[in-house]
Amino acid sequence: MTDQTTVGGLAPAGDPGAAQPTADFEVALESLNQWQLAWRRYKRHRLALIGGGIFLFMIVLAIIGPIIWPFDRLAVRSDLPGPQGFSPLQDPPFGSDGAGRSVWRLVANGARLSMLIGLTTMLISVTIGTVVGAIAGYFGGRIDNILMRLVDLFLSIPLLFVVLVAARFFGGGELVPLIAIFGILLWPGLARLVRALFLSLREQEFVQAARAVGVGDFRIAFRHILPNALGPIIVTATLLVANAIILEAFVSYLNFGLKAQDVSWGNALSNAQSRMSVGNWWWPFFPGFFIALTVISINFMGDGLRDALDPRSRE
Amino acid sequence: MTFSTTAPTAERGPAGATAPDVLLDVRDLRTYFHVMDGTVRAVDGVSFSIRRGQTLGVVGESGCGKSVTALSIMRLLDIPPAEIVSGEILFDGRDLLHLSDEEMRHVRGNDVAMIFQEPMTSLNPVFTVGDQIAEAVVLHQHLSRKDAWDKAIESIKAVGINNPERRVKQYPHELSGGMRQRVMIAMALSCDPKLLIADEPTTALDVTIQAQILELIRKVQDETGAALMLITHDLGVVAETVHDVVVMYAGRVVETGSVDGVLLAPKHPYTEGLLTSIPSKGMRGQRLNVIKGTVPNPFNMPEGCNFEPRCPYAFAPCTVHDPRIEDANPPDVACWLYTPAPGSPIPPRARTRPAGRPS
Repeated sequence: MTDQTTVGGLAPAGDPGAAQPTADFEVALESLNQWQLAWRRYKRHRLALIGGGIFLFMIVLAIIGPIIWPFDRLAVRSDLPGPQGFSPLQDPPFGSDGAGRSVWRLVANGARLSMLIGLTTMLISVTIGTVVGAIAGYFGGRIDNILMRLVDLFLSIPLLFVVLVAARFFGGGELVPLIAIFGILLWPGLARLVRALFLSLREQEFVQAARAVGVGDFRIAFRHILPNALGPIIVTATLLVANAIILEAFVSYLNFGLKAQDVSWGNALSNAQSRMSVGNWWWPFFPGFFIALTVISINFMGDGLRDALDPRSRE
Repeated sequence: MTFSTTAPTAERGPAGATAPDVLLDVRDLRTYFHVMDGTVRAVDGVSFSIRRGQTLGVVGESGCGKSVTALSIMRLLDIPPAEIVSGEILFDGRDLLHLSDEEMRHVRGNDVAMIFQEPMTSLNPVFTVGDQIAEAVVLHQHLSRKDAWDKAIESIKAVGINNPERRVKQYPHELSGGMRQRVMIAMALSCDPKLLIADEPTTALDVTIQAQILELIRKVQDETGAALMLITHDLGVVAETVHDVVVMYAGRVVETGSVDGVLLAPKHPYTEGLLTSIPSKGMRGQRLNVIKGTVPNPFNMPEGCNFEPRCPYAFAPCTVHDPRIEDANPPDVACWLYTPAPGSPIPPRARTRPAGRPS
């Protein structure tokens, strides 16, 4: 990108008006920081732009959906055409569940819990994973050894089984324990990644230069090295959101997750099972579709971020 | 601590007290690296001192321990694998090796600052240069962000960068190599250190920029009165810049003295070899002198003098006895050509110089 800025900067120098030889032609340049450069590269990635758009839509839906289209569990209708409820044609856009309640409202309300679980789980795991990985990678030696064995321990236990057991015994159908369980189980992969990044970054000369200026260890680790590792961390973080959403759907589907009366995409899938045999495909389909759409858009976003935040991809 | 009585200049009394004008006094420093194949004695008994406001040049081939000496003074080596086995580093009367990590952090950047070889990678790519200079100032002088920022602009201006208000807001990738080295110098000087350690500050730069950077270092040194330890393998730089010289070979000091003495009348065969391997104008058509061989394997040092296998003057005692500059007489060169080796007289042919080289 240095080339681009130079080319941009030469334009005013070629201007006959700029006669003074001492004129600092670079003054006219707009200097882009890393984020502006990343955004420039991200914009070129069409799927990532679409993915980002869908993801933003889901977040907006999670915030305002339940306000505009509140879901009333008691709004059971008596004029049902049959046990399958209203089809999407009879009750647009998404039809109704077995009791005549709008599946669209179900989806709009479920977005809130699903996105909430996805984002907060991501925040918890990213925090734990980054701190553990940074400390292990920066200090190395025995600390590294202890922390990485802990990571091995977490990675060696079968995740789905532990999630189900923990959700049954500690979850109690409540939101906060469920998020805590997900967050505590999803950080080890990120910790390994951050450790590897720190191992290579701590050998960089700017780290030694910072130490030579008298900067302390924690400040070097979290103020100097961490920003350099942020790209891969952000990419992993987006994928963690997708993981957590899937995990919630999975756990709730098996009735180990949120209480049956909570409205989430996973619960909707679970409840819809009862009417699938009588021809109601739309009740499970639309929540499932929204899960898939969100997860795919997050993956596209992660892909675009990976390219945009990689300092080596500078065209 | 063993006795050590070597220094470019003999300010030190026999009791080992340091004269008041000596800023840095390194005595018998030994820094070893414990690696898988054994122990590398990267710095093996190095002593020298730097007076206030003076410049000391440390010269020698790659791998002779120059940079490790500097990093030992800053205590920037990773321990392990490195270990400072023995020695004293007296800075302003305090032994840096006995400071706590916390105390050492206040010395770094504040009292002793360092300029590194690679300006391209020594700046953090994600921060503006102003941020990086201001950080040092905030850390040591406890100024507000605003004042530190002003100070950063001021010090960028002091190192001759145009348009400092704008430059402080730029990222390292927007600056050229020479400009980045200027920024590094600005960063090093922002807290008015008493000692500046420059580890090959011009090696990565092209020749015209080299001259500018050296000129700049000299200028800021004059203005601030800081002492300078200039590590280099470029004898041209030494001749122009320094007052005293320490010549290192394989982790030892082999010759010390004033710059004129060492460069015009080198005593140690290694120093002589370094000087004769510089191409000069009058040498057209002649073969350039080189020091034959390479630096000895650190795991397998020669038994006698480390330089013996490469030395054109080597004679019997050189293969057996290890010359130490501590025991030397005259005290400024570690070579059996000058100090009688145990049981051997100094050979009369010793000082016949290779032909064609003026002294």
